[in-house]
Amino acid sequence: MIAHSKLSSGAHIGTNTTVRHIMWQVMLAISPATAVGLFCFGWPALNLFIVTLLSAVLFEAFCLRLAGRIARPVIMDGSALLSGWLVAMTLPPWAPWWIGVAGSGIAIILGKQVYGGLGQNLFNPAMLARIALLISFPIEMTTWPNVSPVFSAHAPGLIESLSITFYGLGSMASADAMTGATTLGYIKTEFSQQHWLPDILADHSIFLDFLGWTRGSLGETSSLLLAAGGIWLIRQGVIKWHIPVSLLLTVTVLSGIFHMMDGQHYVSPLVHLSSGALMCAAFFIATDYVTSPNTPAGQLVFGAGCGLLIFVIRTWGNYPEGAGFAVLLMNAATPLIDHYIRPRIYGRYRNGKPLAQKITAQERKQ
Amino acid sequence: MLNLSALFKAPRIRGGVHAEEHKASTSAQPIVVDFPLPKKLYIPLQQHVGKASEPVVRVGDHVLKGQLLAHSQGMISAPVHASSSGVIVDINDYPAPHPSALPIRTVVLETDGEDKWISAPPVDDPFQLAPEEVSLRVGAAGIVGLGGAAFPSAVKLNLGRENRIHTLLINGGECEPYLTCDDRLMQERAEGIIDGIRLMLYGMETGQAIVGIEDNKPEAYTAMRKASLPYPFIKVEQVPTRYPMGWDRQLIRYLTGREVPAGGRSADVGVIMHNVGTAYAVHRAIRFNLPLISRIVTVSGGAVASPMNIEVPIGTLISELFAFCGVNQTATRRIIMGGPMMGDALPHSRLPIVKASSGILALTQEEIRNKAQQPCIRCAQCVSACPAGLLPLDMANRIRNNQLDAAVDIGLKDCISCGSCSYVCPSNIPLVQYFKYASGELAARQQAQHKSEHTRRLMDERNARMDRIKKQQQEEEQARLAAKAERERLQTEQGTLA
Ligand code: SF4
Ligand code: SF4
Repeated sequence: MIAHSKLSSGAHIGTNTTVRHIMWQVMLAISPATAVGLFCFGWPALNLFIVTLLSAVLFEAFCLRLAGRIARPVIMDGSALLSGWLVAMTLPPWAPWWIGVAGSGIAIILGKQVYGGLGQNLFNPAMLARIALLISFPIEMTTWPNVSPVFSAHAPGLIESLSITFYGLGSMASADAMTGATTLGYIKTEFSQQHWLPDILADHSIFLDFLGWTRGSLGETSSLLLAAGGIWLIRQGVIKWHIPVSLLLTVTVLSGIFHMMDGQHYVSPLVHLSSGALMCAAFFIATDYVTSPNTPAGQLVFGAGCGLLIFVIRTWGNYPEGAGFAVLLMNAATPLIDHYIRPRIYGRYRNGKPLAQKITAQERKQ
Repeated sequence: MLNLSALFKAPRIRGGVHAEEHKASTSAQPIVVDFPLPKKLYIPLQQHVGKASEPVVRVGDHVLKGQLLAHSQGMISAPVHASSSGVIVDINDYPAPHPSALPIRTVVLETDGEDKWISAPPVDDPFQLAPEEVSLRVGAAGIVGLGGAAFPSAVKLNLGRENRIHTLLINGGECEPYLTCDDRLMQERAEGIIDGIRLMLYGMETGQAIVGIEDNKPEAYTAMRKASLPYPFIKVEQVPTRYPMGWDRQLIRYLTGREVPAGGRSADVGVIMHNVGTAYAVHRAIRFNLPLISRIVTVSGGAVASPMNIEVPIGTLISELFAFCGVNQTATRRIIMGGPMMGDALPHSRLPIVKASSGILALTQEEIRNKAQQPCIRCAQCVSACPAGLLPLDMANRIRNNQLDAAVDIGLKDCISCGSCSYVCPSNIPLVQYFKYASGELAARQQAQHKSEHTRRLMDERNARMDRIKKQQQEEEQARLAAKAERERLQTEQGTLA
């Protein structure tokens, strides 16, 4: 009797978890926050969302075919879809269709495939796309529509929404009335006009920010739902707690210290935490396996680094959204962190030398 | 009062995985002891780590059960005994239970059905023996580590006596999924095991023993606890169920808080570890003078109709076990000797049970890891799973790029091939396969290097010899020329004189 064995050594059994499984779990975790975004910003947001996801999959298929590989199984792993989804999350909800396509293209081609595909890239594809778009198309990337839920009086109808998606917001007569600034962006501009915090935020509701009832990127407004999704992922064992916790803790502690020292100039930790981009970065972007360190200690360092950079860029930088830059900068540091922070090997000191024998005289039998 | 230092020193478990156990089907049934005696037994002469043993019988000899077939050779070796009575019909190379099934020297014994024991008087009071006598008798009984490592037990006991050992650890972890032979043994024969532990302690002149049992075996724990009550120096403790708790170093760390230095032995931290099965074999060998000729094997897996633990003579063919337990051959996709995490896949079932065969599994397609391999997504699951604190993904990467030395730099040699990393990998990368390949390659390189160094040394010696000869010839030539010149000079002188 011959057993068909290809592998001679263990483990002969394994968990049921597959790459596809992981990708779908992440998508499931971000879907509530995405749903809130789609609800708050209506049809144009949905158009953009679909265009972005679809183009991500098509770009992936195209690249694979170019490389002479069979596309189907790779597409099925869901990683391209997830990249597209993450790109869409970060876009202004009413951005024209080509912003979505360009974002997906940058993420898939420049962010991933040129490095050799899944697992090989140095930078987070979605953040790379976001930053590239922000620098290339600053106007389209910072036009934030007001919250106007589907079926509400101010919401664009189906025809209008197609016009917004395919001809741009400029095609609308009332474009200016429909847009405004995000909370962080608003604070920045007001600062430049010598207004101080208590006045700026006088009639602002942090509570609504937490819920997602605020201007912002398509899927990044509801910090509560993003955090809930992230915590679920941690419970599922898909991501570990180290990066989100150290990232959020760093931002909270730093902003807390500055806010206590000078409440006129520095916003409270609550304002930071209620910005969905921070939650999205903490749970879904910085935790990207491929571009973050491998060890728990390395992940703590990485998270803290991201948090520090986010705080610094948000507070003193030119862009109100620090998350994208912060994550990319820390991505670049990942190989270094992985090089220096390694687990201690059993029976060895951290420096790799074998442990000294530690048997005490009293323990020895006489 | 809260003992803070104990809190900080509390041994932590690193890595490891929670594998699906698959133990229920066999752990509740008694060990089957009436396995029909096979017609032929194939008894390999190397069932242990170390040198093969040397046969003392010849084809045609009639032997009794328990009679010596081959004696040990060298420092690390163990003798082999007849598992039943009968006639030796062949001593030749037969396939060994190993992935390659490479043949090794094997005694084939045709049983006569009488199963007649060689006369072996039991020992009245083994505690009257000299302590050294214990390891001598354990050695003579051919006992090796029954947990799967097959290291000759007497060697370890001697080590224990010679070194300053403060604790004898007994491994009742049995952390591999499917396997329950130790579990059943502890449930049914706890007194024997405890007696074996007492004898080992006596032989090693060591004061205390700790038995570690995973907390998924409550019956075994209760039975062992009860049997150990009269002996306060034998502690029975529960350990968490987490693969690979049966790894000696993990258990040592958990039970004693000590960490064995890399490249060292457990004796370096004052500990020696034996398996529960080994303790039981010691009990039988010392009390009743019985050599190790049978063992309890877990036969399990999805393709097995009636999974069970069976006590079988060493040398029984796996195919006979399979017939006995009703194995569906067409459903069997992989045969494994040992557990599914660290065991070896066997090419077929016409291979004998040896002393190290703790389990024989017939796994179906659904049970084995059969997903397609995908690229590493750097999820670091393998890093969290590794009990040795290694970076499996990094090592695999370096090996893939043929940087073996770089893989060694980050700990390849500390890998214990436990399989935890392969088990958890969502991309289904056969990490352990990479590590074994790399270790094999490194060993081969080293050998090749030794060989080339050897040849170079031979060449150098030869060149030196040639040089010496040449020089000698030159010197002789010069001397000859000098003598000739001298002669000619004398002649001319004489000529001038004349
Ligand atoms: S578990 Fe597998 S996929 Fe994940 S990092 Fe390790 S090797 Fe890569
Ligand atoms: S097989 Fe080696 S690398 Fe993998 S988990 Fe076990 S010790 Fe670590």
